[in-house]
Amino acid sequence: MAKVEVIMPQMGESITEGTIVKWHKKAGEAVAKDEVLLEISTDKVDSEIPSPVSGVLTQIVVEEQATVPVRTVIAYIDGSPDVRSVPSGPPAVPETSGVAAPAGPSVLPVPDKPQGGRFYSPLVLNIAREEAIAMQELERIPGTGEGGRVTKKDLLAYVQARKSGGTPVPGEAPPPPAMTIPASVGKPVDVPELRAKYPSPAHEIIQMSNVMQKMAQHMVHSQHTSPHVNAVHEVDLTPVVNHRAANSEAFGRKEGFKLTFTPYVAHAVVKALKKYPLVNSSLEGDKIIRKNFINLGIAVASEHGLLVPVVKHAEEKSFLGIARAINDLAVRTRAKKLAPDDIQGGTFTISNYGVFGTMIGTPIISQPQVAILGTGAIEKRVAVINDAIAIRSMAYFTLAFDHRIIDGALGGMFLEEIVKSLEEFDTSIKF
Amino acid sequence: MPTLSYIEAISRAMWEEMERDPSVFLLGEDIGAYGGAFKATKGFLDHFGEQRVIDTTLSEAGILGAAIGAAVVGMRPIAEMQFADFVTCGFNQLVSNAAKIHYRWNLPVPMVVRLPAGGYIHGGPYHSENPEAWFFHVPGLKIVAPSTPYDAKGLLKAAVRDPNPVLFLEYKYLYRRIKGGVPADDYVVPIGRGDVKRDGDDLAIITYGSTVHFSLEAAAILAKEDGIETRVVDLRSLKPLDVDLILDSVKATGKVLIVHEDHLTGGIGGEIAALIAERAFQYLDAPVRRLGSLDTPVPFAPPLENHVLPDTQKILEALRALNRF
Repeated sequence: MAKVEVIMPQMGESITEGTIVKWHKKAGEAVAKDEVLLEISTDKVDSEIPSPVSGVLTQIVVEEQATVPVRTVIAYIDGSPDVRSVPSGPPAVPETSGVAAPAGPSVLPVPDKPQGGRFYSPLVLNIAREEAIAMQELERIPGTGEGGRVTKKDLLAYVQARKSGGTPVPGEAPPPPAMTIPASVGKPVDVPELRAKYPSPAHEIIQMSNVMQKMAQHMVHSQHTSPHVNAVHEVDLTPVVNHRAANSEAFGRKEGFKLTFTPYVAHAVVKALKKYPLVNSSLEGDKIIRKNFINLGIAVASEHGLLVPVVKHAEEKSFLGIARAINDLAVRTRAKKLAPDDIQGGTFTISNYGVFGTMIGTPIISQPQVAILGTGAIEKRVAVINDAIAIRSMAYFTLAFDHRIIDGALGGMFLEEIVKSLEEFDTSIKF
Repeated sequence: MPTLSYIEAISRAMWEEMERDPSVFLLGEDIGAYGGAFKATKGFLDHFGEQRVIDTTLSEAGILGAAIGAAVVGMRPIAEMQFADFVTCGFNQLVSNAAKIHYRWNLPVPMVVRLPAGGYIHGGPYHSENPEAWFFHVPGLKIVAPSTPYDAKGLLKAAVRDPNPVLFLEYKYLYRRIKGGVPADDYVVPIGRGDVKRDGDDLAIITYGSTVHFSLEAAAILAKEDGIETRVVDLRSLKPLDVDLILDSVKATGKVLIVHEDHLTGGIGGEIAALIAERAFQYLDAPVRRLGSLDTPVPFAPPLENHVLPDTQKILEALRALNRF
């Protein structure tokens, strides 16, 4: 029987740690090789980890919700060719019945309330009503029953204390704390103390998912790191709109997916990044790391939360290549088949909040990048062309950039380059 | 006051009723010459004669049919099923005839059926059943289930005097194990009235039969070790139930455990729990809990039988869980 270490895997080249989301087996349970043993979360993607061997999970070393560096031992499996989770030999017949009571579990589960508030038994509510105790007051009474439930005894004791006037009303809502930005957003908090502060039904306490927590941490980090400047430029997308309208049917038939505006913008961005490579870099102390490749991140709103899959080496790709790469990422995002490498290593990001109707946005840079392009909704507007009134399809693009290395001049020129590319799009291109 | 065992109290009741009323007679297997499988009718044949102490053929349907026939013409038979388990052979007589004749023909059926019931006696699956659930459901039948010698004598007398068919459940486990004071006089325990065997206002147990005694043991341990006072309600009558006493016990404590030796699923505990939910909901501080035997035939091997049937330890654990809620 070989003792096998289960280690926190390294899912991608630059991943340094992982969080255990859920153990699928308990200590003592048998597991087969390649059977799902646990789920981990790294940066933004959760992955299922298969068992390296068949055997019995003898010990879980790292519990759920803990974050450890890669290659940390998280569990031990007693590997064995034919493992059974029952001990060998005939089971001993007990002389006396020292076995589970037919009454059921020795802990009676307190019923769940859909809004997440406390459970009050009919009797407790009855007494509360008779004693004219409002729900808010009831919410603050400490409970000694299962799961912190207020029992009949707790309530009667409270009523007694209240009548004798001795004890002050327990749990007066404390004054709201001064506004601070916590160092680590989304730290798990003990719910009972939260419930005292935020009673239901006015409040609902929701646990942030790992994806959400990572997003929250990243956004705070980014704001604290890069001095964001936003430059807004209007862009006349009429040629692009027309080109797309003329070609989308043929494109759809040939490629098997829809032609959206994203490849147009991405193509223009890549061209502009090649001309202004400082925008395609990152900062290390007093050194600028300029990248000779373009990994374009396209922000996507998935049901997991905000994800930014990356088109690798976009500098090598044609318009069609970019379109295909973007679609491939979109499909895999929806099918939840993104690998951690798919969301790593971006050098510039595009965020299309225009799909929600937003006209102008001020996006947050995805660290360690130094700029992000936000594209607003395309709307037909009145424009002046050659001193004449025209109806054009217009949108506002916002470039948010890191003023540590990109100044207003560079930011403005870079953005203008994108706009020019799009406004001068070669509409003769065919698919 | 004389102290009698549970089975002596039952014998006494029959003897006194046969002396008091000449229409009372006994019929069953081995009750005459043999004195009864458990000796409940020892000496009766010599004293009352073979017209009133009838050894029948091995036929529960025949015994019950004959009893029904005698009852509708004015006799007061006490029919014995040698083991409660065997009543199933006469099921139709009871549920189709005994239960319905008064409704159909306006003729009372004043008969008593004695049913030695229950386990804890290593009797195996055919000698350990509790039949009350099968008949609880049938309108027209009464059911009583005493747990003490005092209640046994009083309820058997009440059953004999009742104009309705009454099933009298007597517990083999208690026959010679339980002794108590039984007044010599002609007293009756009314059918439909329960009894608080032990009072307390923290928790309540609603039970009957052998489990009354396990419940009392558990309540004593809980009081001594945890300082929790448990009210133990002995239903004594199953049909009709003493609903007022049940609801009153809920009001007094807010936390109720129903215990019966019969199998949990479909045992009468479910009916009691539903009654409580319907009529005492606002007095409940915890969900109504039930404890019964496992849903399996009662085993013969003693360790298995102990595992299947309720006992003091299981009741104690259930009480503790209820108290913690």
